[in-house]
Amino acid sequence: MTVVALENVTFAYGEQPAVKDVTLRVDEGDFLGLIGPNGSGKTTLLHLMLGLRTPDSGTIELFGEPVSAFDDGERIGYVSQQATSGGGSMPVTVREAVTMGRFAHAGHRRLTADDHAIVDDALETVGITDLADRQVNQLSGGQRQRAYIARALASEADLLALDEPTVGVDAESRDAFYQLLESLNDDGITIILIEHDIGVVTDRANRIACINTELYHHGDTESFVESDALTEAYGATGQVVHHHH
Amino acid sequence: MTATGSLRRRLEHVGIAVTAVLAIAMIGLLTIDAFRSVPGIGVLYEQARIAGWWADHYLGTSIFYHPFMWRSIATGILIGVVAPLVGTYLVHREMALIGETLAHTAFAGVAVGLLVSSITGWSGSLMVVALVVGVLGALAVQWLAERTDTYGDVPIAIMLTGSFAVGTLIISYGRGMTGINVQDFIFGSISVVTPSGARLMAVITVVVVAVTVATYKQLLFITFDEQAARVARLNVTWYNTLLIVMTAVVVVGAMQILGVILVAAMLVVPVAAGTQLAQSFRETIYLSILFGQVAVIGGFVLSISQSLPTGGSIVVVAIACYLLAVFASSRSSPAISMH
Repeated sequence: MTVVALENVTFAYGEQPAVKDVTLRVDEGDFLGLIGPNGSGKTTLLHLMLGLRTPDSGTIELFGEPVSAFDDGERIGYVSQQATSGGGSMPVTVREAVTMGRFAHAGHRRLTADDHAIVDDALETVGITDLADRQVNQLSGGQRQRAYIARALASEADLLALDEPTVGVDAESRDAFYQLLESLNDDGITIILIEHDIGVVTDRANRIACINTELYHHGDTESFVESDALTEAYGATGQVVHHHH
Repeated sequence: MTATGSLRRRLEHVGIAVTAVLAIAMIGLLTIDAFRSVPGIGVLYEQARIAGWWADHYLGTSIFYHPFMWRSIATGILIGVVAPLVGTYLVHREMALIGETLAHTAFAGVAVGLLVSSITGWSGSLMVVALVVGVLGALAVQWLAERTDTYGDVPIAIMLTGSFAVGTLIISYGRGMTGINVQDFIFGSISVVTPSGARLMAVITVVVVAVTVATYKQLLFITFDEQAARVARLNVTWYNTLLIVMTAVVVVGAMQILGVILVAAMLVVPVAAGTQLAQSFRETIYLSILFGQVAVIGGFVLSISQSLPTGGSIVVVAIACYLLAVFASSRSSPAISMH
């Protein structure tokens, strides 16, 4: 089954093109790494996929429906850059934040014991049950990532979209975090990951989309590693972050 | 959970229960006052006045016997519930100045209301017109925010000063047509609270509390992570509009006692105090309302006993609460952003 399908999608901020004529498909169970230099339109492309922005031209489908008509919000778990960078001063506990994953299911009805049981399971799966009563803004970067993933799990999402989730997270927590993503992907959750560390992406993802306004490569990871897409997309002088093991 | 944590939670629940009982009693009192010409309720009204007389007798005051004081106190208590309730969402969306802006819009509404009531001769229209203009102002702020992609400083400043400017023009135009002192609306006063104004506050309270309870989940999600809420297909624009319209409604009700200039304080200061001490969002709401009650009741006591302006007294007590909360807070996190 196709989770996301983009066809000839173009989007510009005023006169400045951000995404140009991109066609790509994400299938169920894929782990797609979305890479490209700074300002290459990665985040914009993800926003287009999720329906946060409307394309100037082209079509986008989510789970087989036009993205503008898609309303099964609980099927998508989204961790934005903004969500993970700060947290602000709002006193929200980890449990409250994870419970938000049930809100799209509940609508205006009260949360039931089942909802709370699903939240408990999600906390357990990512290993932060002991942090449930702590405030999100008091967590370390790695712990906060897990809280957001738990929120996506609580919503029983089929698609997990993450925008540079490990910025400011120490190396050890980062490895553990990617292991968690891998095991969720093994359980059948489709993942779209924006990541500036190309080594991490090529290690974990089974599909790569490399963009710099235009799509330079879309296919499996092996063919990406063998291709020149990276140098083309980043340009000869581009700074490429390699991750050595 | 620790023993102190559970004791603290229990105390908060007791405080909220007491506040709820108090608010319901106040709404009851306003209802009795409104329908006192109905025979059965007339008896209740007389009983309430007798109870007030006894209260005055024992306290050595001259407050509770007078129905106009009931209305002022009831309005104050209800402001102390709904202003921090709505304010909790505003403060944590960094929209604190929206309240101030909407108060100025409401001032233009009062100006229009004065004009309308002087023309029609119906004094009850004043607050209703202020409410309508306040809501229209809220929708205008929302429209500007949508167009400019932010609740930024500039559209806010334009709305704030613009509506106040229009208000002064209308008041100048209508000068001499009414006996109502505009100054009371700018600085707030117990004497501003009319019977219809107090009843309006009761209706506002019931509606705002009901809507906030019904949309608690959605407002919380949007406040915490607006983008994720959009992805979860919550109608963010609709809930933002709902929040801003509720703010306008609360501001118009609260303006009676606090005045245009000070009304935003009730949306912000109790919440800032509550945020210092709260561990969760739900607790923030509870503590904000409790601080709101302390500010209103403390402010009334200070104002009546010392013959000081009510609005100023309430705000000063609220800020004292905030400073105490900052002092008591053992948290190392920085004080809440007030911009």
